[in-house]
Amino acid sequence: MENPYKAYPVRIDSIDVATQDKSLRTFKFVFLNEGDEEKFAYESGQFAELSIPGKGEIPIGIASSPTEKGFVKFTVFRTGLVTNHLHNMKVGDIMGVRGPLGNSYPLKDLEGKNIVIIGAGFAFTTLRSTIVYLLDPKNRSRFGNIDVIYGARNPGMILYKDELTVWEKRDDINMHITVDSTDDPSWTYHTGFVPTITETQAPKADENTYAIMCGPPMMLKFTKPVLDKLGYSHDKIIMSLENRMKCGIGICGRCNIGKELICKDGPVFTLEQLKHMPEEDT
Amino acid sequence: MKVINIDKEKWASGVESLTSTYRLFGPVKEDDSHNFKELKKGELPDLAYGNSKLSPKSAVFPPSEAMFTYSLDEKNENHHILNDVKKDYSPRAVLGIRPCDAKAVSLVRMNFDTKEYRDPYWMDAFEATTFVGLACDNPCSTCFCTSTGCGPFSEEGLDVLLVENGNAYIAKALTAKGEKLMDAAGFKTAGDDSAIAAKKAAAEAKITASIETDKLSEKVIMDLYDAPIWDDISFSCINCCTCTYACPTCWCFDIQDENKGLSGVRMRNWDSCMTPLFTMHGSGHNPRSQKKQRVRQRFMHKLKYFLDKYQKGIMCVGCGRCVQQCPVNIDIRTVSKKMNDYVAAS
Repeated sequence: MENPYKAYPVRIDSIDVATQDKSLRTFKFVFLNEGDEEKFAYESGQFAELSIPGKGEIPIGIASSPTEKGFVKFTVFRTGLVTNHLHNMKVGDIMGVRGPLGNSYPLKDLEGKNIVIIGAGFAFTTLRSTIVYLLDPKNRSRFGNIDVIYGARNPGMILYKDELTVWEKRDDINMHITVDSTDDPSWTYHTGFVPTITETQAPKADENTYAIMCGPPMMLKFTKPVLDKLGYSHDKIIMSLENRMKCGIGICGRCNIGKELICKDGPVFTLEQLKHMPEEDT
Repeated sequence: MKVINIDKEKWASGVESLTSTYRLFGPVKEDDSHNFKELKKGELPDLAYGNSKLSPKSAVFPPSEAMFTYSLDEKNENHHILNDVKKDYSPRAVLGIRPCDAKAVSLVRMNFDTKEYRDPYWMDAFEATTFVGLACDNPCSTCFCTSTGCGPFSEEGLDVLLVENGNAYIAKALTAKGEKLMDAAGFKTAGDDSAIAAKKAAAEAKITASIETDKLSEKVIMDLYDAPIWDDISFSCINCCTCTYACPTCWCFDIQDENKGLSGVRMRNWDSCMTPLFTMHGSGHNPRSQKKQRVRQRFMHKLKYFLDKYQKGIMCVGCGRCVQQCPVNIDIRTVSKKMNDYVAAS
């Protein structure tokens, strides 16, 4: 068995500034060794440890989709020691990627169902992976209606703008893009917080409709009651959590909430499951 | 299972014979207490000890260990790529481990050896180790192993159990690993274990302290989590981490890169859920910023989460180290009683 702590060596293939304030960058990595990409077979919703020898490791959701081959992509917010270093790295630099880790969005179980994807801020990465997966010609017909509600603070903070524009034009996905506020007169999309937009734009709940939600704590807090109001049962609300992690494989002992380890039993849980797990902040 | 009689006079020469095939670890007196150390050539484990101050978990799980090395020198062809560290996993033996600490190793194994992942460092060290236990004839006043599914003569997790019997040890070789070690030591005289039952009963009778856990499995995690007991329990805690370092069943670790010039080592170090940094996010947000949350985490993990997750009892073997060494007298038995007795208002 291979050492689960050992990262696959990768080369930075491209770096894109993802937001106007430059606090997020999207990194595309290419595996150095033949066969490693196949070993890193992942599903939407999983994460990996970005491993920079000399600095450390950080757990980051995988932004690329399993349907995209030849690379793996992450969008990273600059916040601590490792992410600051990563933001200063250059195309061609060598580092490591360890994973894939954790469970994934249960897309197999959602075949034949309608899906509403609700995201905000920079927690849109694994949701981007999910959307790309769902829209792949090989997959799209296996799913029902797809709605996406995505909000950012202002137009400059929207991730994956080029792709959003393309998705906007498609008739097999309903995009509801919003910003908290803007003084840009050319802004043609929604203005308002994600919970408000969810209330007016999300499809009504039924037996066949599931919500996948990922975002900052405040957005989650205020969107949950909206979904309740729309009639979504808690086993149909799927969420992704995060916590400080080191090993990412359920061993080092720090990311638990109750008896569940976010790194291994999660990061994806239904709201029904979360009701039986303590909120560690209290 | 083989029963062997070891004449105490032959103990030293037997240990000496083991050194050709085993690295030996055993209790060694340091100042006023004992700790498990790798024995130097000619050094004997001091078996006249109560129990060690720190548990012997370090024999398979060192406080600090190297995971990988790397070069940061871009002139080096393999720079920024992790290299395995060559480790010595030749046979080793822990001599004189107490039965509680041996049971702790088998509990901790459930964390490091799972269906999905095998921790190579812990498991390779564990598999290389033969555990030679020493039954307790004189338990400490803080021992409560008999109420944790363990006991002073417990055999769980041991390859050999030694029972002191006058001028000899009665050795029960419990596993093939244990028999191999007995052979290597030249301990071959067939023995008689009929004296063990009475000694075991006598030792167990000396243990008067206990931990109440009988109702813990029927409790609901959320009820215990929200119970109004944690402010009181955590009030005096100073977050010194002594309990977690001394505990034989605490396994949490941190991973850190240590650089020197253009090369470095990725290390793993014991960590403690008692420190705020343990859970602090990069954003500064900390789900366990208050000591109440941290103290609750430690006891909920030991007495409820582990119990529910594995259905193998609590994550405590009753060694009593945390009770003895806590500078502010927080006592896991009192905490467990509070949890065990707690009834949520309906």
